[in-house]
Amino acid sequence: MTTGPTVLSLRGATKRFGGLVAVNDMDFDVTEHEVLGLIGPNGSGKSTTLNLISGALKPTEGTISLRGTPISHLSAADIARRGIARTFQLVRLLPSMTVLENVRAGAVFGHRRRWGAEADAHALRMLALVGLDRRANAHVGELTYIDTKRVELARVLASEPKVLLLDEWLAGLNPTELEEGITLIKRLRDEGRTIILVEHVMDAIRSLCDRCVVMSTGLKIAEGTPEQVLSDPEVIRAYLGDDDA
Amino acid sequence: MTKRDWQSLTLSAVLLAVAACLPLTGDAYMLSIGITIAMYAVLATSWALFSGPTHYISLATAAFFGLGTYTTAIGIENGMNYWLTLPIAAILGAVLAALVGFATLRLSGVYFVIFTLGLAELVRQVVTWGQNVSGQKGLYVLTDITEVHIYWQLVALAGIVYLTGWAIGRSRLGFALRIIGDDEEVARHSGINTSRAKILLFMVSGATAAVVGSMLAPRYIYIEPALAFSPMLSFLVVIMALLGGTGRLWGPLVGVIPFTLLFETISASFPNQTTLLLGLSFLVIVYLLPRGFVGLIESGKRRLRDREAFA
Repeated sequence: MTTGPTVLSLRGATKRFGGLVAVNDMDFDVTEHEVLGLIGPNGSGKSTTLNLISGALKPTEGTISLRGTPISHLSAADIARRGIARTFQLVRLLPSMTVLENVRAGAVFGHRRRWGAEADAHALRMLALVGLDRRANAHVGELTYIDTKRVELARVLASEPKVLLLDEWLAGLNPTELEEGITLIKRLRDEGRTIILVEHVMDAIRSLCDRCVVMSTGLKIAEGTPEQVLSDPEVIRAYLGDDDA
Repeated sequence: MTKRDWQSLTLSAVLLAVAACLPLTGDAYMLSIGITIAMYAVLATSWALFSGPTHYISLATAAFFGLGTYTTAIGIENGMNYWLTLPIAAILGAVLAALVGFATLRLSGVYFVIFTLGLAELVRQVVTWGQNVSGQKGLYVLTDITEVHIYWQLVALAGIVYLTGWAIGRSRLGFALRIIGDDEEVARHSGINTSRAKILLFMVSGATAAVVGSMLAPRYIYIEPALAFSPMLSFLVVIMALLGGTGRLWGPLVGVIPFTLLFETISASFPNQTTLLLGLSFLVIVYLLPRGFVGLIESGKRRLRDREAFA
């Protein structure tokens, strides 16, 4: 299944905050067209790992490379331009702008840069992809929660990233919205995009991920298909404690 | 360019041409107020070019203005042609802005405000010290430039500033600054080099303020640090720009005209209570018009549209 070329690889990536080791010696690869789930209990370092990849934080040690080129020393802006785009755990939109303008931000400044009518047309296509093209001229303040998430996803997609980082994109949705959300990400997966997914929703992990990396207290404790890792005794112990393992 | 762009460009050109006719009235008092209005219009508009989208409040206008004034004064004293001192002032203003930008634009919020205020004071103290060492209190700026010439220069500069602001607003740089103003984190993660964008625009703003200082130098005839680097100038520019509103290019102008007239009236009628009344009017502005005249006009338009929609 994971036969494509390696797009992103982490080697010994470590992040220390003073005495706390938030991410400890992480090694993993993401191959092209793969959906990788980054899972683990709260506080296990998933979001920090994502922040290291997107350049929001610099690793204390280790390297992160995109198609063989080290990127861990670059700024977040440079990393975005090289083709790694992310959503945020708490949705971040541009409050003074319309839905279309929000998405245009990705189209104008991202990995593939567009301008003028071309950027608008591209942004509209991305809005159609996430099912929000009819609200292009709405103000972002008027949107429902899932629609704000859709705008953020469209903005990220508009930059045509090589790797897409979704930080708990499905969190906080109600059951109906969750179903829509999973369908949407499934569609992105079917388009052959390379995605790293930090997620807690087990249904989503089972139905979306080709492979999972499980983290606990900053360490990688398991790696494999969702079925493999979710039945791994050490993973169950990390999630539920010793008694249930 | 759309039809609407041409319309607004033509309208602006006509308004500038009308403004340029003011000296034809032959009224010296009108001309003097006209110079003050044109000076603050350019300063407030160029200030808003940077501070409007980014929400970084700069109190360094006086530093750039004074730098320009002194560049012209020193240049003329050393036999330089007046017209040559304008581009030199612009370059020095841009360089100072770039230095300040590299040092401070990582700071945000109140830290940036305090740094810029401190910078203006620092430059003033350095110039004062320099003059004390050289034994002069101030400098004479003796030229054959009249008030009418100064006025026309300022109107022309206003035209350049509006054209620049209009071009920036339609460019990637302008869009990048709006994104930065909304959420710097998103801007960075969208691939925008935020420091470069902010520094570039701060340089435009600083260079403009320096050229205004240069143009005003012949009007003062005698300049000294307390006049050229007056902190009052920085504050007045901010107040006027906020009164007008920074969301639109023409916003600051809408604040400059009434405020200058108000200021003239207050200082003429109550010379001893000027600062007090100025403070009071500032409080009233902030309470009643938090988004400036632009905000007032736009919410009025929206109310009108909503009423039509329901009718």
